[in-house]
Amino acid sequence: MLENINTFASKFFVTGDPMIYGADVSIVLATVGILFVLTYFKKWGYLWREWITTVDHKKIGSMYFIASLLMLFRGGVDALLMRVQLAAPDLKFLHSEHYNEIFTTHGTIMILFMAMPFMFALFNWVVPLQIGARDVAFPFLNSVSFWLFFFGAMLFNLSFVIGGSPDAGWLSYPPLSENAFSHGPGQNFYIWGVQISGIGSLATGINFLVTILKMRAPGMKLMKMPMFTWSVLASCIIIVFAFPVLTVTLALLFVDRFFDAHFFTIDGGGNPMMYVNLIWMWGHPEVYIVVLPAFGILSEVVSTFSKKSIFGYKSMVFAMMVISVVSYFTWVHHFFTMGAGADVNTFFAISTMAIGIPTGVKVFNWLFTMYRGRIEVSQPMLWLLGFIPCFVVGGATGVMLAVAPADYQYHNSYFLVAHFHQTLIGGTVFPYLAGLYYWWPKIFGFKLNDRLGKWAFWMWNIGFYVCFMPQYALGFMGMTRRLYTYGWDMGWAPLNMVSTVGAFLMGIGFLFQGWQIVHGILYAERSKATDSWGTGRSLEWSIPSPPPVYNFAVVPQVKGFDDWYLTKEEMNKPGYKAEKPQFEAIHMPKNSGIPFVMGACWFLAGFGLTMETTFSWMIVPGVIGLIGVGLCMFARSFSYDTDYYIPVDEVKRTEASLGRVV
Amino acid sequence: MSKQKLLRRSGFFIMAALAMVLLSGCEQYIVLDPKGPVAEVEYRMIVISTILCAIVVIPVLAIFAYVVYRFRDKPGNNAPYTPHWDESKVLEIIWWGVPILIIGILGYFTARDTFALANPPKTEEPPMVIQVSSMDWKWVFHYPDQNIATVNEVHIPVGKRVEFQVTADNAPMNSFWIPQIVGQTYTMPGMAMKLGAQADHPGQYFGSGANFTGKGFAHMQFKAIAEEPAKFEQWVTNVKQTKPALTRAEYEKLYSVPGLVDKQEYSSYPKGIFEERVMENGGDNHTGHFEHKEAAKGEMSKESMNK
Ligand code: HEM
Ligand SMILES: [Cu+2]
Ligand SMILES: [Cu+2]
Repeated sequence: MLENINTFASKFFVTGDPMIYGADVSIVLATVGILFVLTYFKKWGYLWREWITTVDHKKIGSMYFIASLLMLFRGGVDALLMRVQLAAPDLKFLHSEHYNEIFTTHGTIMILFMAMPFMFALFNWVVPLQIGARDVAFPFLNSVSFWLFFFGAMLFNLSFVIGGSPDAGWLSYPPLSENAFSHGPGQNFYIWGVQISGIGSLATGINFLVTILKMRAPGMKLMKMPMFTWSVLASCIIIVFAFPVLTVTLALLFVDRFFDAHFFTIDGGGNPMMYVNLIWMWGHPEVYIVVLPAFGILSEVVSTFSKKSIFGYKSMVFAMMVISVVSYFTWVHHFFTMGAGADVNTFFAISTMAIGIPTGVKVFNWLFTMYRGRIEVSQPMLWLLGFIPCFVVGGATGVMLAVAPADYQYHNSYFLVAHFHQTLIGGTVFPYLAGLYYWWPKIFGFKLNDRLGKWAFWMWNIGFYVCFMPQYALGFMGMTRRLYTYGWDMGWAPLNMVSTVGAFLMGIGFLFQGWQIVHGILYAERSKATDSWGTGRSLEWSIPSPPPVYNFAVVPQVKGFDDWYLTKEEMNKPGYKAEKPQFEAIHMPKNSGIPFVMGACWFLAGFGLTMETTFSWMIVPGVIGLIGVGLCMFARSFSYDTDYYIPVDEVKRTEASLGRVV
Repeated sequence: MSKQKLLRRSGFFIMAALAMVLLSGCEQYIVLDPKGPVAEVEYRMIVISTILCAIVVIPVLAIFAYVVYRFRDKPGNNAPYTPHWDESKVLEIIWWGVPILIIGILGYFTARDTFALANPPKTEEPPMVIQVSSMDWKWVFHYPDQNIATVNEVHIPVGKRVEFQVTADNAPMNSFWIPQIVGQTYTMPGMAMKLGAQADHPGQYFGSGANFTGKGFAHMQFKAIAEEPAKFEQWVTNVKQTKPALTRAEYEKLYSVPGLVDKQEYSSYPKGIFEERVMENGGDNHTGHFEHKEAAKGEMSKESMNK
């Protein structure tokens, strides 16, 4: 009996590494701590009513943001561990398998569980406010999306202490990711963690697509939409086409592993090259999914802080739409060296370079928005100014990678690692941070400290170049990616040491930002002012900060592009008189616990199916979880009491308390 | 120290550090130091694309610096301020046009060299064939013309066209890369991809696996030794005379037992084993998507017939 338990535990839990035990202890302590605090301060009810069951897009946005911050921390710690191991040749800090697990989880977490939720946080916080809507088109679905993402991410992270982490790279190429080379449950954690959150992402894409198309305030024609909303629309179009490909690809890989099928193994009639094609048919559009909203954020920030309208609006919109289409036709550039013919490679090389054209155009438009403007270097603008040089260089190295014959040398080398970090950090994380600082006062009613922000900015920026510029050089020295160690003979040592120093500088930058948030919560001056920066231009700056549940007491009548700017101009004219608002009862969706329960059921299903390959009885919780998911859908189909009205009196009271004319 | 002085000092240190990094032995930058015609074509494309990108990047960075400085929001800044100026046909045409032109030029060169590398000029003499198998975690080289084999080290004659036929044997996809001689290509189970190459200067060149294959991947580095043909022949004779034969049993151990091994030389190897293993790994079922399938087809069926 005891022996049975022993063998079970040794297969169930990850053992052997002091770092893992450390993690075990801290996870247990943190969980106990959280449970204690919630119980002691009687916050369970609050947590359930105000957060877990919420369908309010602003709160969902905040939950996405908190999750992405935690994941940035975990992914960042992973990165630092790797950089320590690579700081000098022949270090024994991480052994091979551990290093492989870490780069796999780092890549997966950073893209799917950090960048995506950070992006969804901004979608949720901002889009309804920018288009004068009271919520998204499907608030219930929005909550489902969040909980699927959340439980998918939890499932993926669980692999660190239970079962073992995946270690076949963030895109898990077969045959390495097949049973023959990865027996353990790690790869199943990857499949289910990504699959469950991926379904959530697809639903978010549909949700915001419909929201933008159907929920705009009267008068806001498509060509009057703010740039950020445009970028979200473009991004969602890509999500809707690309994510189903991911779902199918992972499902096929699962069938291979679970039922010994041969979709992606060459023996038995399948082909690993098919997987490589499929995963990049999602993977390449995915990078444009995360970068397009970044472009949108920058367009808002540059025009607000240059105090000038965005330059070349039509051309910006056109560029974004071109990118969203062309991004489907470039995926082969990730494997020029897999033996496609010269004709195929040439086509994809040129389509890839071509996508640089609309991207470059956007940079010129931002520059000329600043030109003949008045540039105020606020925190959001600071990140924009950090973004431009970084992204211009990162984009140029992207064009260089697109040159197929040259890529035979860059492929899989540190040149590539440097390039994609430059576009992901410089091109995506920096703009998201710009967006965060920009909309933070709108969502929370206070600004983040300037001095700490400057420190964070300089640490991130200097750290970035110190970390990644040497990696381009390392690529030219022949250093390939995913090496857990290297020798003295190749002369890679000095630059690797420099790179590690840079990584730690970025880590310090992150700490400053954590401090900044805590500092803000404790000390920052609160302000309900609508137009936090004084130079806002779009609708979100016309309502109080933070906005009331219903956002707009009266749905605005939109006059044109940059509507709030136009309103301000009118208000400044002599003889302007504010109209007395006509309130009506407001129709709102009711909170629901179903999304959370459904997410938990998915988690159970994913966990059961993941561990089934180790313990066959695990199929039981797996199936129970799936049944639970079905029951949740059933329950939702038959719930009719899903909405309510906020009476006029209450609206008036709320508005008055926010200092508005009633 | 005055601010100016400080700036000048730190500028000096940055320049010094940069110079140290860049000049500390250019021979370390092996990708930029090609030793054969294929690597040279690839190198030329690296240079062309860098220059073309620089033509855009440098002016953009300069404009950026100028604009940010000139239009900063400081009292007393007398630069023009036109909050409503947001459109200009001429400017738009310029910045759509210039990148299109540059991408056009780059695209032309890319197409030209992509085709050039795929269709190397036919030579009188057929190229010397070297068959390469990536296994967990070692490289096995077969020399069918010489009937010798090596592990984790490859010898090629200088000035001769060599055709590498690469596959993965009982192992995940890897990528075969000798930066100074030839850019990489994937090795895949059940397929044999062709990779034409040539070394023009004798020397020992760094080669490695470039696509992650699990635990021992970091150790899949090997030496490519290019020698004058006479010396190469001498080496072959030497191997034939002094080294042991690679038996079937030993060969089986190489691909079926994952692990690291030292470099080896063998005076012979089981005839046709490379083709046999390609078929064994699923080559039968691989119905020739992409062109590389043709590479090994002819020989393969012949060899696998009489096994
Ligand atoms: C804080 C700064 C960061 C540092 C120091 C860092 C460092 C690293 C390192 C050392 C590797 C492994 C390289 C290798 O061995 O091949 C890596 C891989 C990767 N990183 Fe980062 N990283 C950072 C931020 C990010 C961010 C923000 C993202 C995405 C948004 C990201 C995405 C990736 C991906 C996709 C991989 C590839 C994983 C794979 O090979 O499967 N990283 N990073
Ligand atoms: Cu791509
Ligand atoms: Cu193939």
